[in-house]
Amino acid sequence: MSRRKTERLLGLVVCLLSSERYLTALQIRAAVPGYPESFEAFKRMFERDKEELRELGIPLETGSNSAADEELGYRIPRQAYVLPEIRLEPDEAAVLSLAARVWRQAELAGAAAGALLKLRAAGVDAEETRQPGIEPRLAGEAAFGPLWEAVRDRRPVTFAYRAAGRSEPQQRRLEPWGVVNRHGRWYVAGHDTDRDAVRVFRLSRIMGAVRFTGPAGSVTVPDGTDVRETVREWDTDPPPQQTAVLRVRQGAGHGIRRYARSVQPAGDGWDLVDARYSDVGWFAEYLAWFGPAVVAVEPADLREAVIRQLKGALA
Amino acid sequence: MTGSPATSSGRLQRLLALVPYVMSRKVVGLADTAAAFGVTERELVDDLNLLWCVELRSPDPYCPIDLSYEGGEIEVSQAEQMDRPLRLAVDEASALLVALRMLAEVGAGDEGSALSRTIAKLEAAAGEAGAVSSQVAVQVDKIAEQAVLTQLQDALARRRVVHLSYYVPGRDETTERDVDPMRLLVVDGRTYLEGWCRSAEAVRLFRLDRVLGLQVRDLAADVPAEAEPKDVDEGLYRPSPDDLRVEIELAPLGRWVAEYYPCESVDELGDGRLRVRLRTPDSRWVRRLALRLGENGRITRPADLAAQVRSDAAAALAQYD
Repeated sequence: MSRRKTERLLGLVVCLLSSERYLTALQIRAAVPGYPESFEAFKRMFERDKEELRELGIPLETGSNSAADEELGYRIPRQAYVLPEIRLEPDEAAVLSLAARVWRQAELAGAAAGALLKLRAAGVDAEETRQPGIEPRLAGEAAFGPLWEAVRDRRPVTFAYRAAGRSEPQQRRLEPWGVVNRHGRWYVAGHDTDRDAVRVFRLSRIMGAVRFTGPAGSVTVPDGTDVRETVREWDTDPPPQQTAVLRVRQGAGHGIRRYARSVQPAGDGWDLVDARYSDVGWFAEYLAWFGPAVVAVEPADLREAVIRQLKGALA
Repeated sequence: MTGSPATSSGRLQRLLALVPYVMSRKVVGLADTAAAFGVTERELVDDLNLLWCVELRSPDPYCPIDLSYEGGEIEVSQAEQMDRPLRLAVDEASALLVALRMLAEVGAGDEGSALSRTIAKLEAAAGEAGAVSSQVAVQVDKIAEQAVLTQLQDALARRRVVHLSYYVPGRDETTERDVDPMRLLVVDGRTYLEGWCRSAEAVRLFRLDRVLGLQVRDLAADVPAEAEPKDVDEGLYRPSPDDLRVEIELAPLGRWVAEYYPCESVDELGDGRLRVRLRTPDSRWVRRLALRLGENGRITRPADLAAQVRSDAAAALAQYD
């Protein structure tokens, strides 16, 4: 933004904030320096300026001072413009500055910085303190920006999605209800228009661009929707039903021992471990990780699956 | 998206915040203000001049803003309706509210309920702009090792060395080490201790769910001056030039590797197949990954690592004879 434009926009804000009455475009042109002489050129520039102020979140109102007024005017109602009074105690200001640093290089990092600036301008002293607490960090993902905008503005979207294990991405259409980060991964939940059902998508599996397919306000989030709960249900594995007997070398296989039902010494530096699992394919892959330190004893299908897995690595 | 103060419309946002910033503090120093806004003193002076020059010509010409910055002290004597900052935009309110709620979930810094008080105040100040923030949620892994966390917080507060029994999955071994704790981090949903590892003589991150045992030693922590905290914003894992470069070809069922591990490059090979290149300081980890992938992944480079995987697989298969 050029200096002249910044000056003009600043003048426009001050002018409209200072007036209780709606000002017509012509009154504005007379008061704010920097607009061109030609009326057509002025109109175009003024339209762009209005748009720019609205994008910054400045509440620009259109209306007329009386029913008799033919021409519409503009004003910025102070009530709608100003940040309400906010006073923070020192410990509150400290957690606020901690919160502002959570979004690392993520889409909302700039927004967090902008918010902190306004709060500082309201008199809050949010200094960067290094306290011996816990510092959380949150990363974004390419699809997060457009999906957050879609959720915020209630717009339907479409994107190419590659479900786990599928070779080709599929085009999906979604009315997004919310974005959730679970175990460090981002998900979007909403109404899948083609399947007419609630669906959850992992952002890292969205291929390419997310496109809006409808205007703002055209998505209705059903009352009582809890996106967090929707994603939790979708992401929760069924409880393990199967039981396995494994030979695990002593001092190895920590991950297996941790969730084992029992561990008994089997001699020669080996333990016999009683473990539970829900999916034989997944568990066989997991056991293969430990190489020769873990042997699947039973059931037979698990044993066969681990052997197949290892032969796959041998090929 | 609301631009950060560094983007083009950012300057207008900064100017709108500058006047109330000064007014709410009566008098402020140029240097302090420049630091708070993340600009140089020169840029700040330019901003102040611009504000001072604003004029409205009608009905009568006047300058709505009057200020001075003589002697390095800024003072605003007249500001019309610019005396208060603009309300929070939806993005801004959401960014802070989502982050605060995440902090509440981690249980960070909530001594004396500062978090819940801040959330309530911010919700009140944000008004409608805060409503959408409930559509974004961050769920943090529940730290099963609550006892470990409490011990670490105690060690940090009292500046004590901790002894860790720490599991290294790549080696499938538990290691013993003394660590001078530096800080606790939650990155992408996982909790870490950052500290100076006395055996490695380097700064290391330890995942709390891999800490199998912990003792707070009666020994004063002494983090060496050269111990730099990792810039986690650049990513937790940063390869060093000594790291081994590995190339793996993945079948569709092995694509998860590209989602779970930081890759230097990811190339589509058609039919859902991928080629990923990654760097690792520990080749044992890659060998285990290859066993886990089975036929869904193939190490294509380096050749000797691929040969090691085959001998690992043969050794594991021998147990089934």
